[in-house]
Amino acid sequence: MSEQQYAPGTHPDLKPPIGQSGILFWLKKNLFSSPFNVLLTLVTLYVLWIIIPPTLNWAFFDAVFYADSRADCRELGGGACWAFIDKRIGQFTYGFYPVEERWRVILCFVLFLVAMLPILWDKTPARRKMLWFSLAFPVIGYWLLVGGFGLEPVETTKFGGFMLTLVIGVTGIACSMPIGIALALGRQSDMPIIRWLSTCFIEFIRGVPLITLLFVASTMLNYFLPPGTTFDLILRVLIMVTLFSSAYIAEVVRGGLQAIPKGQGEAADALGLNYGKSMRFIILPQALKISIPGIVNTFIGLFKDTTLVVIIGLLDPLGIGRASLSDIKWAGLAAEVYIFVALFFFICCFSMSRYSIYLENKLHTGHKR
Amino acid sequence: MTDATALSRPTESFSLSKLWYDKKYRSVILQMIAMAILFAAIFYLAGNAVSNLEKLGKTFGFDFLSQPAGYDINQRLIEYDSRSSHLRAGVVGLLNTILVAVCGIILATILGFALGVMRLSPNWLVNKLSYCYIEFVRNVPVLVHILLIHGVLVTTLPKAKQALNVGDQFFLSNRGLYVPKPIMEPLFYLVIATFVGGIAYAWYYRRQARIKQEKTGAQSPVFWVSVGAIIGAPIAAFLITGMPLAWEIPELKGFNFRGGLALKPEFISLWLALSLYTAAFIGEIVRSGIQAVSHGQTEAASALGLPRGRTLNLVVIPQALRVIIPPLNSNYMNITKNSSLAIAIGYMDVVATIGGISLNQTGREMECMIIVLGIYLCLSLIISSIMNWYNNRIKLVER
Amino acid sequence: MKKITQVALAVAAFGVVAGNAQAGTLQDVMAKGHVQCGISTGVPGFAFTDDAGNWQGFDPAVCQAVAAAIFGDASAVKYTTTTGKTRFTALASGEVDMLARNTTWTFSRDTDLQFEFTGVNYYDGQGFMVSKDLGVTSAKELDGASVCIQTGTTTELNLADFFRTNGMSYEAVPIETNDEARTNYIAGRCDIYTTDASGLAATRSTLDDPSAHIIMPEIISKEPLGPLVRHGDHQWGDVVRWVLNALITAEELGVTQANVDEMAAGTNNPEINRMLGAEGDLGAMTGLPKDFGHQAIKAVGNYGEVFERFIGPSTPIGLERGLNALWTQGGILYSPPFR
Repeated sequence: MSEQQYAPGTHPDLKPPIGQSGILFWLKKNLFSSPFNVLLTLVTLYVLWIIIPPTLNWAFFDAVFYADSRADCRELGGGACWAFIDKRIGQFTYGFYPVEERWRVILCFVLFLVAMLPILWDKTPARRKMLWFSLAFPVIGYWLLVGGFGLEPVETTKFGGFMLTLVIGVTGIACSMPIGIALALGRQSDMPIIRWLSTCFIEFIRGVPLITLLFVASTMLNYFLPPGTTFDLILRVLIMVTLFSSAYIAEVVRGGLQAIPKGQGEAADALGLNYGKSMRFIILPQALKISIPGIVNTFIGLFKDTTLVVIIGLLDPLGIGRASLSDIKWAGLAAEVYIFVALFFFICCFSMSRYSIYLENKLHTGHKR
Repeated sequence: MTDATALSRPTESFSLSKLWYDKKYRSVILQMIAMAILFAAIFYLAGNAVSNLEKLGKTFGFDFLSQPAGYDINQRLIEYDSRSSHLRAGVVGLLNTILVAVCGIILATILGFALGVMRLSPNWLVNKLSYCYIEFVRNVPVLVHILLIHGVLVTTLPKAKQALNVGDQFFLSNRGLYVPKPIMEPLFYLVIATFVGGIAYAWYYRRQARIKQEKTGAQSPVFWVSVGAIIGAPIAAFLITGMPLAWEIPELKGFNFRGGLALKPEFISLWLALSLYTAAFIGEIVRSGIQAVSHGQTEAASALGLPRGRTLNLVVIPQALRVIIPPLNSNYMNITKNSSLAIAIGYMDVVATIGGISLNQTGREMECMIIVLGIYLCLSLIISSIMNWYNNRIKLVER
Repeated sequence: MKKITQVALAVAAFGVVAGNAQAGTLQDVMAKGHVQCGISTGVPGFAFTDDAGNWQGFDPAVCQAVAAAIFGDASAVKYTTTTGKTRFTALASGEVDMLARNTTWTFSRDTDLQFEFTGVNYYDGQGFMVSKDLGVTSAKELDGASVCIQTGTTTELNLADFFRTNGMSYEAVPIETNDEARTNYIAGRCDIYTTDASGLAATRSTLDDPSAHIIMPEIISKEPLGPLVRHGDHQWGDVVRWVLNALITAEELGVTQANVDEMAAGTNNPEINRMLGAEGDLGAMTGLPKDFGHQAIKAVGNYGEVFERFIGPSTPIGLERGLNALWTQGGILYSPPFR
């Protein structure tokens, strides 16, 4: 009845009623909605209160960042002794790589990021041309790290620290992908012998721990080579890690292949596409798209598993930490080493899993509720 | 072959090109090639192995297993001393592996389900806390967890002399957790018999109840009857037979506690690390499993008037389990396989005994590694078959 | 066929060395231009990395001396870290040319595992370390104790034998690395830490209050530690053996890192002259340069200096010479003569 002050449809939104918005409402809804919820909130807050302040004290407020030995650290503060990490950061990063050659590792890492860009991000400018570079990267990276052809050769026993982790992880990931796909196709193939071989291989690898395979690599592999041939230990480890992760990739890809409706393959046959073409253009693109999250998870797992090489005497960050702790100046700082290494892995793996979620959302064509 | 009539008359004659372009022939050829390569590789590798072993003057054989091992193992489930054979040392190690794997699987499942439910909690704090926990634990290698937890345990728990003492029965120190050890007296077998009988009766009663419900629709108190039969009856039997159980109390003698049951810190830290680590994965699996059950299901159940508890029991959980079980299987296998990292903290599992000290003392790398690999393959197969059997039971039966 | 595979492998791999494991390690080493030396993953004083990231210590010093003797350059050595488990495989397979990794010379390692121990650079024995508060004075009072041991060594076998012969029970806590063992010991997870006495002293030096811990008088085993090579290559074995002997003889004859250059010019003592290459040509007999002794001593110093630099009384590790003193000074260090 009252006078209309607005044209129809232009009325501004009114605020929600009091008590249905704002910080208080949020608190009530999310923390204190029921007696049980209140209890949960209080218990959680108490747990946080027990954990967080001492941790912060140890890690930051009482920590020592610059000192020359553990004894100095103890004099300066009662908390963590990050000075040790600070002093040894070069070793933690590069292992025993010669100091004057370290630029090669950095360059290799930067080039690696450049090579990964077109693979990971589909809006990369000139993506096709960049992909050729990505394909050539393994050769370039190998040349940069190992040397030869005009660069000072650096033997692999000098590899260590985070660089070793990245080398093993990245090589394992890159090499296991094609092998894994081949194995998955082999396990799906209708040739009984090939299927049986692939199945045996996959199940064998998935049934044993990686550490035993690494022991095999470090203690037994030489028996199977012609007398007098020795393999570089890192190479043996790379082979084992690749085989190990390819079995897992194979299973993930097989899951993707099984999710593709039969009609797709039949339609490809009907069009007269041969096996290679139908796989390349029809089946695999769809199957791989489905299995991307699983593949990324396998990669994360593989990346974490690279720490196991410390048990066979290679010096990954944990190994470097232990070798450094044998220096009397720094003995006894095991907790700092483990936490530092844990943080490094957390950053790497967490970003990988974030990327996987981004991909999942991008490729998600289903209906979410 | 090149005359014009050949086009109109498909020939059945054999040509070499057929070997490649005809699918049937091609698959045979490919498989023959694969087999040839496989046999050549095996032949080549075995030949190398034989010549290398010969050169080193080593023989291949498992006779070393019967020789005395010469080392001691501090955590064992069966009798063992340093004069026992390598074989027995291996068995001790295998039992330790199985022990930590089974305990780890149980604890990881419980924690994992709790985490999964917490991730779905409407309480923002609980939700975020469990999220942070899962992300943090999942993205750090399990070896680091093991080393860290072990380090924390042995450095923060009190020494044996100042052990935390609960009623002179339980002692917790960095030597481990010592609890009284039950010693059975003859009559105790009656209690065990009652327990077995209780389980059998509960199973029988459940079947009867189901038949009755299908006939009449009346529900029976299955849960309470089962509890009574499985837990109540043995307790009653225990009391009636006059508590035929003596306790061996641990006590501090000299350097260490003597007597009682001991959980060594190596075992505890490995067990905790494996459980906490895998629980994060299981938590995610449980969360996505529960979320995979569509809202329509719960809504339909409410529409039918089912109470909340029964909705969970009869509608949500059975469907969620179908999604949860297959990935759980691989997580259980992971616990078993990751238990091999015991070697880093000195828990004597099968890798540390047969694949470790025995390998070192005898120099029989090949035989020891073959045994260890075989053992893990068997364990994985066993877990897989149990989980597959369970999975088949709850699988969606399609019409 | 073999050739083809090797070529294929060499193309595919970056670490394939088609070496000859039976003979000619010295030629291989000279062709490579460096000595590949197996060391431990870290024992205080014996092998550790300094802040600059170089391996230092009593064991790497032997490798450096060998490299200096062959190439005249102590840095022509590359290290492969090995664990107690992987060390023998690394040597047997030819992955390393020599192992200098506190390894005990035993019958079975010499015969069954087929290694040649080229001498002893440290006469050691297994001992026990306990904290003073336990009030224990003899290893015979250790009934029921928890003992930290490092796995993959002779230690655990000796320990089992010792406790068995004395009719005592104990709890073995097997640990992979020295650092883990130390952590366990400090925390009181074990009452005793047992390993070679040198390792005990090294570990003790890293404790917050070394004086609160005693190393017991009982030494329950003989642990002659020394560098080793593969069986079957006597020339290479001789190289390593006589480089080590040169260091020991140098101490006996008063040749030091400081005076070796002037001594090499010629002295009145014919043995010094022979060893440093001023007289005769001993080096040629085993395929080494004439001045191999001179170079080795110049690189690392004589045995006494090496000992003093890394593990001697003036270092935090503070090991006394004891058995490892020269035979002329009450020890048993005795090098055959250079003639």
